[in-house]
Formats: sequence, C-alpha cells, structure tokens
Amino acid sequence: MTAPRQFAQESPLPVAASAIIAPSSPDVTELVHRPRRAARLRSRRPPLVERVVEKLIHILAYSAVAAIILIFIFIAKEAWPLLTSDEIHREVTLGKMWFIQQWPGYDAPEHVWQPVSEFPKYGVWPLLVGTLKVTLVSMLVAVPLAIAAAVFVSQYASQRVREIVKPAIEFLAGIPSVVLGFFALIVMASWFQDVFGFDSRLNAIVAGVALSFAVIPVIFTVCEEALGAVPRSYVEASVALGAARWQTITKVVLPAAAPGIAASIALGLGRAFGETMIVLMASGNAAILSWNPAESVRTLSATIAAELAEVVFGGPHYTVLFALAVLLFLITFGINFVGDFTITRMKRRMGVAS
Amino acid sequence: MNRPALRAARRPRLGDAALWLATGLATLLVLAVLVVILVDVIRHGTPRLTLGFLTQAPKDGMMAGGIFPAIFGTVALVLLMTLAALPAGVATAIYLHEYADPTALPTRLVRIAVNNLAGVPSIVFGLFGLGFFVQFAGGTIDKLFFGGEKFYGQPALVWAALTMAILTLPVVIVATEEALSAVPSDVRMASAALGATKFQTITRVVLPQAVPGILTGGILAVSRGAGEVAPLLFTGAAYFLPKLPHTLHDQFMQLGYHVYVLATQSPDVDATRPLLYATVLVLLALTFALNASAVFVRSRMRKRIASRA
Amino acid sequence: MSTTVATSPSLDAPTGNLTVNDLSVYYGGKKALGPVNMNIPGKQVTALIGPSGCGKSTFLRSLNRMNELIPGCRVEGSVKLDDEPVYGPAVDAVAVRRRIGMVFQKSNPFPKSIFDNVAYGLRIGGMNGRSELGGRVETALRHAALWDEVKDRLDESALGLSGGQQQRLCIARALAVEPDVILMDEPASALDPIATAHIEELIHELAQRYTVVIVTHNMQQAARVSHHTAFFYMGDLIEFDRTPVIFTKPSQSKTEDYITGRFG
Repeated sequence: MTAPRQFAQESPLPVAASAIIAPSSPDVTELVHRPRRAARLRSRRPPLVERVVEKLIHILAYSAVAAIILIFIFIAKEAWPLLTSDEIHREVTLGKMWFIQQWPGYDAPEHVWQPVSEFPKYGVWPLLVGTLKVTLVSMLVAVPLAIAAAVFVSQYASQRVREIVKPAIEFLAGIPSVVLGFFALIVMASWFQDVFGFDSRLNAIVAGVALSFAVIPVIFTVCEEALGAVPRSYVEASVALGAARWQTITKVVLPAAAPGIAASIALGLGRAFGETMIVLMASGNAAILSWNPAESVRTLSATIAAELAEVVFGGPHYTVLFALAVLLFLITFGINFVGDFTITRMKRRMGVAS
Repeated sequence: MNRPALRAARRPRLGDAALWLATGLATLLVLAVLVVILVDVIRHGTPRLTLGFLTQAPKDGMMAGGIFPAIFGTVALVLLMTLAALPAGVATAIYLHEYADPTALPTRLVRIAVNNLAGVPSIVFGLFGLGFFVQFAGGTIDKLFFGGEKFYGQPALVWAALTMAILTLPVVIVATEEALSAVPSDVRMASAALGATKFQTITRVVLPQAVPGILTGGILAVSRGAGEVAPLLFTGAAYFLPKLPHTLHDQFMQLGYHVYVLATQSPDVDATRPLLYATVLVLLALTFALNASAVFVRSRMRKRIASRA
Repeated sequence: MSTTVATSPSLDAPTGNLTVNDLSVYYGGKKALGPVNMNIPGKQVTALIGPSGCGKSTFLRSLNRMNELIPGCRVEGSVKLDDEPVYGPAVDAVAVRRRIGMVFQKSNPFPKSIFDNVAYGLRIGGMNGRSELGGRVETALRHAALWDEVKDRLDESALGLSGGQQQRLCIARALAVEPDVILMDEPASALDPIATAHIEELIHELAQRYTVVIVTHNMQQAARVSHHTAFFYMGDLIEFDRTPVIFTKPSQSKTEDYITGRFG
C-alpha cells in the first residue's frame, strides 16, 4: 500500500491518474482528497541542544588521548634538561647515569645511586636491577599460582565453588597496594625473618611476594576468562578421541587459550614493573647493585616516590627523577607493545581470526 | 597401543588426580593469602574501631583519637574526582561505542590511548600531577589571579582530584562500554524505526538502560580513589592537618596516605600500631563495601538482561 | 546379510559388532530413549533415521559413552562391543572411546596444524616420534581421502581448510587411532552437495575396514549409503532391518508413514 500513498503525496492527483490506483481501496482515495499534512520526508536539522551535546561528547572523547599525550609531554619536558642543560651536565649526564663511573673514595669503578652526597652519584643500574629482582620474584610466584587457580576454577570447580572463589579474588584485586605494603612491612617481613633468617629484614623477596598478591588477581581474571572461552567443540572432540581429562586440559584447552594467557602475563608484568607503594614500604629502599634477592633493593618507582619530596625544583636531582619516570613510562609501553604483538602472532599461528 | 581392552585402567588416572590436586592447592593458597590478611587486620584493628574513632580527629601524635579528617578528606577527594571522571569517561565510551567508526584512525587512537593510560604506573601520574597541575596550571592561576601569591601553585585538593580522575578514566570508560554493549540492538532498532535521531536513541533508550553499568564503573573508580597513594604523594595529601579542607586549594588527609605514613614514618611504631591497624580496617571495609556493591549492581544488570533475552 | 550377530567372535579379527540390550537413557529423571534392543553388524554401515527429537543422536552417543558429558544423564541396559561390555563399573570410558570413535555434525578441528590434529589421538596414547607418527597420519589421511589435498601443507593450521576438508580431517583424526567402530552424527548436514558426495563415497570405503553407524535426517542419504537402517520415533526403536527392506517393504506402519513423508 505504500507506493500508491507516496504517489498521492508527491503531487496533486489528477482524476485520470486515480484510475491507476485501485479504486476499490478506500484509504488511498481518501488520501487523495485529504489535504496534505503528511510528514515531510526531507531531513531537518536536529535541535541546537542535541548538536551542542554531541559536539561536547566528541570533544570529551579525546580527553583520554589528550591525557596520555600531555602526560608524556610534561614528564619529558621536565626531564629534557638532562640532555640539554649545561648546568645540569656539570653534575650529571645521561652517560654518567648508564656507564660505570670511578667515584672519589672508591677503590674501583662502580654503579652507585647516591644523589644526596658530597659527590652526587646517579648510577641507574642499581635501580634497574632492583626493579628487575622484585618483578622477577613476583612473577615467579604469581604466574604459576594464578594460572593453576584459573585452570581449577574454569575446568574443575562446581558453580558454587566458582561463586565463592571468583568474588574472593576480585576482592583481593581491590585491596589497595598500600595495604599490601603495610602487610608486608608489619607482618610478612618478621615472618620471613623468623623462617629464613635473611640479613636484611626488608628485601626483594618480601616485596616480591607481596607484589605477587597484587599481580595474581590480574593474571587470574584474564586467564579464567580465556580458558572459559575455549569452544566446547574442542573439548568434545578430544574426549571422543579417548583423551583423559588431564590430557584434554593440557593438550587442547590450555593451548587454545594461550593468547589470553599470554595477554594476562603481559598485563601482570606491566603491573609489577610500575607498582610503587608495595616496594616503597617493603623493599628496604637501599640502592644496592646485587643479584641476591635477599638483599634490600630500590626500584625505579620507589626512588621517584621517596626522593621527589626533597629535591630542588629544576635542579639536577629533580631532572634525573623525571628522566627515571620517562624510563618507567617507556618500559611499560614496551611491555604492552611486545605483549600485543606476541598475542596477535599467536592468534594468527593458530589460525583463529583475531 | 591398539585395541586397549575395555576393562583396562578403571582406577583413577594418576594424571587426572595430580592435575586436580595441583590446581586445587594453588587455588587454596591464593584464598589463604586473602584470609590471612583479613584475619590479621580484623584481629588487630577491631579493638580500636569505635564510633569515636570514626568521628574524632587524631590526638597525641596519632596515638589516640580518631581518623575523621582522613575519612572526610577521602570523601571530598573522591567526590571531586568522580565529578571530573564520570562525564569524560562516559562521553568517551559513548563516542567509542555509538558514534565512532571502528576502523577509522581517530577511533583506534582513542582506544590505544585508553589502553595505555590504564597501564601507566601510578607514580607517573603523581609526577604528572605535580608537574602539570600543581606547578604549571596552579602556578599560572596564581600569577593571573593572585598576583603570584601561592594559592593553587602548591599541593591542593583540586589537583589531587584531577590527577586521580585521569587515573580512573580507563575504569569508567571500560565499565560504561560494557554497559552500552549490553543494551540489545533490537531496542535501538525499534527506536530508530520510530524516527528517533541517534542522539534521542542514546539519551532516551540506551543510557537509561546502561545506568547500572556506569554506576559500576563509578563505584570501582571510587574504590581506587580511596586507596591509591602514589598519585597523591605530591599533589595534595598530608599527614596531619589542624583543620578540615574547606576550599579547593587546601590540602587534605586521606585514608591510604595515612596508612602509608603511619606505617613507615611513625616515631613510635608500637604506640601507633593500634591506630594503624584500625585505619587499615576502615580502608578495607570501605573497599569491600564498594566492591560488593559493584558486584551486586553488575549481577542485577546481568539478570535483567538474561530475563529479557 | 542377516541382522543377527556372529556368535563366535574370532580372536585375531574382531568383527566390530555392537550388541545393544535393553538400553534406556534418562535425562534428569525423564526417559529420553528406550528400551532399545539391537544388533549392529560389524564392518557394515548402519543408518539411524527418524524425525527430530526421536532419540537417534542420544542412542548414538550412548554407544561410546559420550552421553556421560551431560550432567544428570543416566543409562540403563547394556552395550557390548564384540564380547566386551561398554558400560559397567570395571570399564574405562576412555578406553571405550579409543575403540569407538566419533565424528560430529559440525567439524571441530583443533586450532593446531593438520598434522597435529590427526596425530592428537596417537600422542595421547603415548606414541611419539615424528617418523612413526608420520606414517600413521598419512595412512589416516589416505583413508579419509584427504591426503592428496593436504600432503604439502601438513604444518599449516587446520582452520584454513574448507568445510568439507575440515570434516574429512576430523574423520582422519578419528581413523588414526584405528578404532573398531566409527560413529557419525549427521556428518554431512553442514556441507554443500559436492562435499556431501565426497563424504558419502568415503563412508562406503570405510565400511570395508570399520563398523560405521551414522545418524542422518536425510532419508535419501540413508538409502544411498547404508546396509542396514534403524528407524527411531519418540524415543523408541520402531524397526531395524536391511536398508532395501526398510525403504521398500517396511513391516511397521509408522516406518512406512515416515518413509513416505506423511510426517517429518
């Protein structure tokens, strides 16, 4: 019925043309004689309010982009004098930070971080190694535990168990890192001391284990989702071929979820690298260059947090701390990037459309 | 290997039992960690947890009194932060989900920005807050409006709130996008078929249905705002203030920061320990309440969707 | 060939007969199938036909105990592969599935290479070593009429194959472990006519070495492909006989009604 109606609207209908339209259809003939009040089909402009708000939405949407660009620009801006300012260079240069130096009063060249001293030393390696130690300890603890727990919850647990465990781990994720740092400092450090008898009460192991508590929920959540998303048809095929339960899980489900698991590890790694409060409170804050995890460490983020309060605005120490922030920023960027790249590669190799 | 007799190995396989045991133990261990932390905090913190503790100011160098100023400061911070983060976050999510062409370059840029923003270490946010908000913006405001006198060019509530808003922006964006995706497409199509503009569909049909999800995002953001410390170290948090903050350029006490200083810089660790534990307990209770309400809202939302499907 | 099973199974050449006695299947208390009594002859193709929901897929899945994956499923009665019981407290379901293989309606290759897909069943059985696996993989792919098409890309992802090729890959995967019986649940229903023709040819050849039981909703396919046909209706086995008999002179009126399309 639409065609005749449209025809009726387009132009006043001469009587002859009405013969084309079935004379027996009452609606159409009525339409012909009714004055044209039908809605215009031409588009009209939406009201001002709508256009303004939509514009606002578009602008606000770039706030995230603006934020990340601004962050990088301002951090880099405050760190820039490290490369350009002669005054800063009298005390420290990029080279002096990365290459081993011979300091007065030392027997041999060493990497030392000691900005507050008669001869300010800005060796960055103790901080990097410290960060690596803590991150390594935390990942060594978190990755196996989190993946194993994710396997249990997604493959073995009943619905009731799942309804207890998943919220519990979500709550663990919600615990502020300052609370984990507090727990590590007040409770864990003494316990570790009693059991293992480390020389330093606060060290990379204590901080690393506490850090793993923050990383485990990150890895667990993503892994559990990835394992749950493995199509049931794969499991059926494996069972029909006579595979035992553990074979199906290890040879079909886990490999199929591998990209998700890799993503979770990348996320966890980024989190561990950039974490501040836990290490600030529990790692001993001594910038020592050593591979022994039982010694106190200083991480990049903790250094910034601990020392920024007392620096001269614009001075060499200030500039170097911002340079450390740039380094931290770039490392976490890099981890994200490598993580994404690896995951895309894995998906392509499995033949799954990403 | 061929033709295994059907009567073979009916005993439970070693592999099956081993895997179940190993993964089950791992799960128990993770849960045990949570339980140990909770039990320790509850045990040591409850004795000090009285109404007075929650409503009084600290006295005697943190050995007596309460933490009311920290609670007040946290609430003020979180309110301002949400005021800034919610509109920006919701708008970004609406743009990404409703307006943007998924393959276009600007869209991909926004997505990359959001993902990377989520991964920035919290101390870097703190530095940014110091460099951009406190020194640059605050300094400029002081020069323009206060003749160089230091009002905004120093750690202040407003700068801390804005810093936290940027930090929690990804949380709001992700939660809102999830909520928008959950609105079924047939409802949108019905609205469009009735002649509504895109804007009308979004504001009258989609957003109202997405409110629970947005609420979840807000709750999660608030939870982070109450507990994060690193971004606040240089942007406005203080340990002991004689007065409550009453302007935007005042400093403030905050629960997380209070825990940090009490734990690491207290002159008499044993004497202040009860206050420390009680503060942690309050912070954990707050986190738990917020998380639980977020879970509740989310599950209610999922049930509503399931019943409609 | 008569429908009764050979009474003395020879020891070195198992004939792959399936004997079903009083088999009933319950889902959460409600009876879905049975009781069914049937002797499926070895090294022949038996088709299971019937309208939707008649229980033919349930019956098929109870032959290799795949029903046990569904929570709340209970099975009564017995199934025997030659002389060995398939059910029972002393019987290992995993071993059953090595002797009775299955191909599904929608092909489900693993997201692995073609080689790894076919070798999967062998590897979980403990076989290692690329050369030994390679021989068995090639044999299986040949039997599935897929070897020529994939022999140069065994290490590529299986998901890159066409629908028909993927299904033949799943058949090869099932054949690699050299089962006695192959169960097929509507193996060609998701395929185009040309691929379907390939599968039907394949079924013909498979019957020389394996017992094949195939569920199909396509009566013409059943008539083309099988030696024996069983007609199920509303959870009961109505009639079971040689295919020519079922399709020309069925003894049950229900069967005749279904065959002639009086209901679907």
